[in-house]
Amino acid sequence: MKLKLDFDAAKPIYQQIIDALCRAVARGELKPGDKVPSQRDMAAHLQVNPNTVQRAYRDMERDGLLETARGTGTFVTERPELLKDIKQDLAFREVSGFIEGLRALGYGDDEMLALLESEIRRLQSPKPTRNLPATEEEQEEDEE
Amino acid sequence: MTGPGLNSTNPRPPAVSIEGLSKFYHRTTALKELDLLIDGGAIVGVLGPNGSGKSTLLKAIAGLCQPDAGQVLVSGLPPSPRTKEFVAYVPEGSYLYSWMTLGQTLDFVGGFYEDWDDAKAAELVRFMNLRLDHQVGELSKGMKARLRLILAMARSADLVLLDEPLAGIDPPSRARILETMIKEYRGQEQTIVLSTHEVGEVEQVLDRVVFLREGEIVIDANADDLRQERGTSIEGLMREVYQ
Repeated sequence: MKLKLDFDAAKPIYQQIIDALCRAVARGELKPGDKVPSQRDMAAHLQVNPNTVQRAYRDMERDGLLETARGTGTFVTERPELLKDIKQDLAFREVSGFIEGLRALGYGDDEMLALLESEIRRLQSPKPTRNLPATEEEQEEDEE
Repeated sequence: MTGPGLNSTNPRPPAVSIEGLSKFYHRTTALKELDLLIDGGAIVGVLGPNGSGKSTLLKAIAGLCQPDAGQVLVSGLPPSPRTKEFVAYVPEGSYLYSWMTLGQTLDFVGGFYEDWDDAKAAELVRFMNLRLDHQVGELSKGMKARLRLILAMARSADLVLLDEPLAGIDPPSRARILETMIKEYRGQEQTIVLSTHEVGEVEQVLDRVVFLREGEIVIDANADDLRQERGTSIEGLMREVYQ
């Protein structure tokens, strides 16, 4: 598994390790039952303190994302709900970040919901046709 | 948390226990009634500008400076020849003989310690891209810094004290030193205390940071907890604290 991390030194490192592993699972790069690098190898690979990797793995074990089999290593937990849980967790954190960000800008709850709804509609509506070859009718309109 | 030594599942005394430590040089106060408890199994950064008391603190733990007040205990013992058996102290600057080759230096230093591992020393020399026949007097500053770390890590010391291990060293040497520290660190069995006036790339190696200012501790916390609470890097926090 290639896990690349550009650390943001202003955020807890153990949390960034958890995030990177969860995203790897969500993207399918890491599958249930796959072995993850040992704490020592992961620490050497990421150039971080082994105790920080230990903290990340411990939290993930507590949350049922990883499991350690004595003597054989640490694995992504094999259970049907895993992927759903991880996606839910990532989505939850995206949303809390979004809410925090808008609150900091002074948005109220109703404004936030309205903005979210209008943005969803905008993204769903068909792309503006300007970049596509214009139809004959449009060409005529343009000429007028 | 229970007090040191009271927890029956972990009878091991703290790696470092300091109470009311003061040290004066003439009229200058180097350390002022300092308390510090390090349980063990951590990499601790002692941070602060020059003159904040970092080197004096490390020397006091190594038993190389007599406190004017207070007490220092290393694994429950006052610093003594007995504690030197499990404490590796690497001072800043060169204390090595320039006429010796690197190999002779390893033999010479290794001869003082029961826990010295020749095979480990040889492996570290290779990993650090050094040559055994190189004369110490001809080593660059970065090479000397790499050699100093080898002298500490070729032993299996429970407590490693590194005074400014990266100060004034070229980036490739810094990277190699950090890599070696991570690779050789023995987790829960070992404690590393390193001092630095410039946290830079060391910050992701530190579990815990102790900020010193004029001989007193102004911040003492887990590095990740600090990032979470303050929303800034340890480097950023240093700029705030010592502006």
